[in-house]
Amino acid sequence: MMAAKARGLMEFRDNKELIESLIRTDRLPHVWCSGCGIGIVMSAYLHALVKEGIDPDKAVVVSGIGCSGRAAGYVRLDSFHTTHGRPIPFAVGLKLANPELNVTVFSGDGDLFSIGGNHILHAARRNNDITVICINNYNYGMTGGQGGPTTPEGAYTTTTPYGNYERPFNLPHLMISLETPYVARWTVVHVRRLTESIREALTKKGFAFIEVISPCPTAYGRRNAMRDPLELMRFFQENSVIKHDASFEEMAILPGKPIVVGKFRDVEGIKTYEERVEELIRRVNGA
Amino acid sequence: MKGRALMEGAHYWSGDIAAAEGAIAAGCRFYGGYPITPSSEIAERMALRLPQVGGVFIQMEDEIASMAAILGASWAGKKAMTATSGPGFSLMLENIGLGVMMETPCVIVNVQRGAPSTGLPTMVGQSDMMQAKWGSHGSYEIIALYPNSVQETFDLIIEAFNLAERYRVPVVYLMDESIGHLFEKVTVPPEDEIEKRLVYRKRPNGGGAYLPYLVEDEDLVPPMAIAGEGARMHITGLTHDERGYPSMTAEAQEKLVRRLNEKIRRVREKITMVEEYMLEDADVAVVSFGITSRVAKRAVDIARGDGIKAGMLRLKTIWPFPEHVIRRLAESVKAFVVAEINYGQIYYEVERCACPRKVLLVPKMGGAVHRPEEIVAGIKEVLRG
Repeated sequence: MMAAKARGLMEFRDNKELIESLIRTDRLPHVWCSGCGIGIVMSAYLHALVKEGIDPDKAVVVSGIGCSGRAAGYVRLDSFHTTHGRPIPFAVGLKLANPELNVTVFSGDGDLFSIGGNHILHAARRNNDITVICINNYNYGMTGGQGGPTTPEGAYTTTTPYGNYERPFNLPHLMISLETPYVARWTVVHVRRLTESIREALTKKGFAFIEVISPCPTAYGRRNAMRDPLELMRFFQENSVIKHDASFEEMAILPGKPIVVGKFRDVEGIKTYEERVEELIRRVNGA
Repeated sequence: MKGRALMEGAHYWSGDIAAAEGAIAAGCRFYGGYPITPSSEIAERMALRLPQVGGVFIQMEDEIASMAAILGASWAGKKAMTATSGPGFSLMLENIGLGVMMETPCVIVNVQRGAPSTGLPTMVGQSDMMQAKWGSHGSYEIIALYPNSVQETFDLIIEAFNLAERYRVPVVYLMDESIGHLFEKVTVPPEDEIEKRLVYRKRPNGGGAYLPYLVEDEDLVPPMAIAGEGARMHITGLTHDERGYPSMTAEAQEKLVRRLNEKIRRVREKITMVEEYMLEDADVAVVSFGITSRVAKRAVDIARGDGIKAGMLRLKTIWPFPEHVIRRLAESVKAFVVAEINYGQIYYEVERCACPRKVLLVPKMGGAVHRPEEIVAGIKEVLRG
């Protein structure tokens, strides 16, 4: 029956109505500011879901807290809006308890790498079979634009009024160091490549990580001479370079340097945590 | 023992092992936890036993993650549990609040130890009583049970799972280090006998669109769908309406928070479990729980030998607090003694319900249980007026 359902979805490929049926239109207007990139990423996720023919009844979105955390509330799927920093362990429990589910964590850089930093390390280490989409907008947007673990050096935020003097994370480097099977980075300008990447991540066996550089004109842009949403998009377009085999140094986001994007890692054959659990249960019971 | 969900017959188990075995008997098939003394043996037993019954054991990176993982597992349809001690319980409180708000059945075992902070990791304490009730931010009700023997640890945790499933609420299973590490005989009843006792969450009937928080039953408990079966539900820790959608209004808050509290408060008497000992003609009632109740019973016997009409009330249900039992008792006894291994927690609950009777606290800071004589002295002191 599932296969029939999947075939049914394929017939509706790129069908606007089908995508719309996966959005909670009764919750519109959404909370995101004009010029925000999160909606683009949400749309890319839904397109990827449909293109891949994944049964929407089996797709689950888990979010943390913050602007990106609100995405869970706009998809017409089983979706959980959890506590700040904790969507990954919640998702780990969901997936382990029912491995049939296709579980995606959709959250922000602060949620996933500051307050939730420990969780992503361990989920990647275990190779839990989930997809993590990290919207990186360089700051805490929902609380008014404070600096965070991904704020570029020198950037102005409400908590870095003299310019950020901290060193930000290099997220792809960090995730590759954990042997994450799938690691990619795009900006919201790269919609087609991003959608394709999410499609790959959704079917990837094991932990898949996609960083999406996303504009926040309201809280971040206006303090960093990028107040105009269109200008911000143009900035991403003109200042990004696709380089799949980028070195770790090139992946760093540095002032005055281009944003290097691409599919940085895509490897097969790393056993997932779920497979290990299944094997253990079989071994213990002598099957 | 391969593949046996239930180890029927007689065993010599510690309280920690009994908690794990009782949970498996109750149908628990997911455990997420982090090691901490004196609860680690529960995790160890689950790691050994869950794979044998097709369940999942996962050692999470910390207690915050443990609590999040069992909520996720519960929403995927599994009966789920974690176990910890005070310092870990402090970390779990964030997501216990989420469990309350999302109305997620699960069981959290807290094998208490001496506190505050790291305190006495290997020694007894009963000082997380108020934390179990009020630890997470917000005004909410929760259920907490407290066994006083290894046999009862096995029996009562089944009830903890039943209450969690029945009322869609995290249930805190309070234990003592001295019970967790105590070895006693446990008799596990036959499978069909336990099977008859098990309760499962109310499920949607499948008619029409599913509204996750639409309450149509008198018990104020909405039916619970699970992820992956087509409900397409949105579940959030934000204040929400019947559809599960965030609703940032005082009206939505009033309706939701009132119901979350009322669904538990209205069954206070129904879910109260107490043990009464020699209270029929008692002048003084000793109120206690867990390991302390075993000392209190001895103290009552000594006092009776001295010609004092003493009795004991043991609380098995701690939260919601059995205030009706204390009020009723206040009509027949002259005074109360509360013996607990802390500097006054349940004492305040008893005092508020026992009015105008005198209530005396016999505290113990932790690290050791009371000596019977200390409680006897309390009984005599409170009767002197």
